[in-house]
Amino acid sequence: MANDAPAAADTFPKLLIHNASARGARPAIRHKDLGIWQTWTWAQVLDEVRTFAVGLAELGLKRGDKLAIIGANKPRLYWAMCAAQSLGAVPVPLYADSVAEEMAYVLEHAEITIAIAENQEQVDKLLSISDRVPKLGHIVYDEPRGLRDYDSKHLTWIDDVQKTGREKLKASKMLARWEQSVAEGKGADLAIILYTSGTTGRPKGVMLTHDNVLISARNGNLFDNLGEDEEIIAYLPLAWVGDHIFSYAQSYVAGFCVSCPEAGETVVEDRRELGTTYAFAPPRIYENLLTLTMVRMEDAGVVKRKMFHFFIGFARKWGEKILNKDKVPLWARFVYWLGEILVYGPLKNRFGLSRIRVAYTAGEAIGPEIFRFYRALGINLKQLYGQTEAAVYITAQPDGEIYADTVGKPNIDVDVKIAENGEVLFKSPGVFTGYYKDPEKTAETKTPDGWVHTGDAGFFDAKTGHLKIIDRAKDVGKLNDGTLFAPKYLENKLKFYPNIKEAVALGDKRDFVCVMLNIDLVAVGSWAERNNVVYGSYQELAGHPLVYEMLRKHVEEVNRSLVEEGAMAGAQIKRFLILHKELDADDGELTRTLKVRRGFIADRYAPLVIALYDASKEADISTEVTFEDGRKGVISARVKIFDIDTIPLPARKMEKAA
Amino acid sequence: MRAPTGSHIAAGEVLLAVENVSLSFGGVHAIRDVSFDIRKGEIRAIIGPNGAGKTSMLNVINGFYTPQAGQITFKGQTRSKMRPFEAARGGIARTFQNVALFRGMTALDNIMAGRTLRMHRGLFWQIFRYGPAMTEEVEHRLRAEEIIDFLHIQHIRKIQVGRLPYGLQKRVELGRALAMEPDLLLLDEPMAGMNLEEKEDMSRFVLDVNQHFGTTIALIEHDMGVVMDLSDRVVVLDYGQKIADGSPDEVKSNKTVIDAYLGVAH
Repeated sequence: MANDAPAAADTFPKLLIHNASARGARPAIRHKDLGIWQTWTWAQVLDEVRTFAVGLAELGLKRGDKLAIIGANKPRLYWAMCAAQSLGAVPVPLYADSVAEEMAYVLEHAEITIAIAENQEQVDKLLSISDRVPKLGHIVYDEPRGLRDYDSKHLTWIDDVQKTGREKLKASKMLARWEQSVAEGKGADLAIILYTSGTTGRPKGVMLTHDNVLISARNGNLFDNLGEDEEIIAYLPLAWVGDHIFSYAQSYVAGFCVSCPEAGETVVEDRRELGTTYAFAPPRIYENLLTLTMVRMEDAGVVKRKMFHFFIGFARKWGEKILNKDKVPLWARFVYWLGEILVYGPLKNRFGLSRIRVAYTAGEAIGPEIFRFYRALGINLKQLYGQTEAAVYITAQPDGEIYADTVGKPNIDVDVKIAENGEVLFKSPGVFTGYYKDPEKTAETKTPDGWVHTGDAGFFDAKTGHLKIIDRAKDVGKLNDGTLFAPKYLENKLKFYPNIKEAVALGDKRDFVCVMLNIDLVAVGSWAERNNVVYGSYQELAGHPLVYEMLRKHVEEVNRSLVEEGAMAGAQIKRFLILHKELDADDGELTRTLKVRRGFIADRYAPLVIALYDASKEADISTEVTFEDGRKGVISARVKIFDIDTIPLPARKMEKAA
Repeated sequence: MRAPTGSHIAAGEVLLAVENVSLSFGGVHAIRDVSFDIRKGEIRAIIGPNGAGKTSMLNVINGFYTPQAGQITFKGQTRSKMRPFEAARGGIARTFQNVALFRGMTALDNIMAGRTLRMHRGLFWQIFRYGPAMTEEVEHRLRAEEIIDFLHIQHIRKIQVGRLPYGLQKRVELGRALAMEPDLLLLDEPMAGMNLEEKEDMSRFVLDVNQHFGTTIALIEHDMGVVMDLSDRVVVLDYGQKIADGSPDEVKSNKTVIDAYLGVAH
């Protein structure tokens, strides 16, 4: 059933035409509007895309042009991609939450001529930088609200674009001309440019062809046996390769329906209504769900709380074994069944994961405890390792071979090898053609014979045959005494605690390890409420002695687990502090996909880093912050630093280290 | 959403005129001989230091207080006495300085409550939700959903209002007032107690309501930046008297106003 498309359908528009005839009456995309799910069938989507495309052609979009798409996951923004591709133009989705400054760079670099903007907010941003992007001739918007009084010369509503398209299509020649334009497209044509958020430097435009994206998507479908009956919700940034593959390419290839949520805040609720069967999310989403659950359970009544903790404890012990179809005694199955009725079932329903068949976590390493929590509930959460440069898939975990600390085996048609310095290299049909207008960077990343440097350090686990990623190759460092120091490994351990939102570990070329922590305002705030801790601001709460005491315990526990695991026992945390402000992508401290930019943070908080290593008890810091509207301000604080009693290593290990 | 109903007054003409109104509680003169007007389609701000009589003025306009002297002309009809429900029926909606929502009801139900005046089927039909009553219910629900969409509060649609943070409660209250499709919307300190981001959101909503639906708005606000940015005309009260009236720029440079705000020896 899956992947029934003929080989000739080698581009998105051709697949759309195929889907419209093969499964024209089946739902293709949904959007919740005014509280009701609106559905478009494949046949209707074809009509929408066609009128949109012809309308865009009237605005001057032609083969080879670049079309920017800025906004949240809305049907019409997905249609814009296919409409552009049907004309031979290249869609360039942008992160909707980027500030105007960041947008200007991409728009300029990609030589955008027409931009599709979701709403007034995005239009305003585009207009504010219009003098820097002279090539941008037209803005087409989806949501007319607030845009009535704008100068309409370069501003058009999608409805009007489609109306023009519909008018034009009445002339019979236009339809043939559009079909001709679709037929001219080839699999080797450039399908999309995705700008990577980049943990360092300027974003790079990754060029992917239709073949890259569609073959990868097809292999992904085969790997997990995905067919036209899947239900997924599209809520991740359009500019992220993950969303592009899961919510667009895989849907076009397999013919399943994609649902767009009502608003960013309603995703969990919408997911619950849909009962998604296939899900994909960065670890952060799973972390947040777990944090929220734990916080709410602390507020629940005694009976409920006791029941929850008992069954969750039980699931942690047996749940994974049951999911992996291992041998499990009958009594344990019985208790688990009881738990399913009382706790796991209702909880999964809350998460909107009752019908889930396959859920992936990718983008970053997930805390093993978080990973096991979901698996224990019976959710088939798996890990995947991918990159924009690979059109996502490099490795993934096959069903039945799930380990918390690996990222799986090479996907179908993917070759993986480890370089001498430990860096992971891969080769696949999804390998990008190059970075847009940057042959130098392309040559650095891609060898002439097609191997791509991932920049990640890893190794193949001898026991399981799975790939294990330790950290970014350039981030893995050594303490002065030679102990291996993988910052992300420590940070992930810390972040498992609901109270800790973000952690930054320092230690490369230093004598010992220090961490800077961010409290999770939801979790710590709720704790403060329950314990009558009064605070007036984030800053005050973050500096509260009781909060420090609580986090100190967490850090000590992490040290203990490091010692138990052995390999990194030398990298115990000696000192820590709690940052006075939340790390924020607007201040450049996190990437747009919310990964910490360790180097940047170390520079920005240099006074704190110095204090961490010179035994002072506190340090002053003032940092510039950027508000949402682009204004800047300064936050100053005096931050306390705590020492941790590390656990002395057994003599045997000491000798080894010496 | 429908355009404001029942109004034959063109944009720019006087929608509501307050003439020589005085109000006192015992010996306290809350308002003394104040006159001003509100034109259709504008955002009119009423400002003044604490105790200047701003909220009393709103209460007079929507009929909660009856002034001892003076008269009020709304949509061409002059009156000296009116009950609040008559004001509501006449097309005046308001929000309150301290949020006054039905705390035990959901955001959606609160907004639906704002549509009560526009429901025509009797209690009998509504109990059975049958036939015409059902059709009407669907119609009203659509309006309510449009408001929810307009105010970006989809995620709290089914949450009890009492559990919501303050900023969102204010938004629901605005939603309920909008549900009436009023000719005149009175906002009593819509941004009080909000942080910068919430204020910006709320300002955006106020402007959007004004532009999108053409609703005439009279608002009381303490944040001068907000007032000067939002309003078309400003009337300034001090100790119950009108001390200035005009465009934001005129008012800003008016000496009496500056004195009233900064304080001078009387």
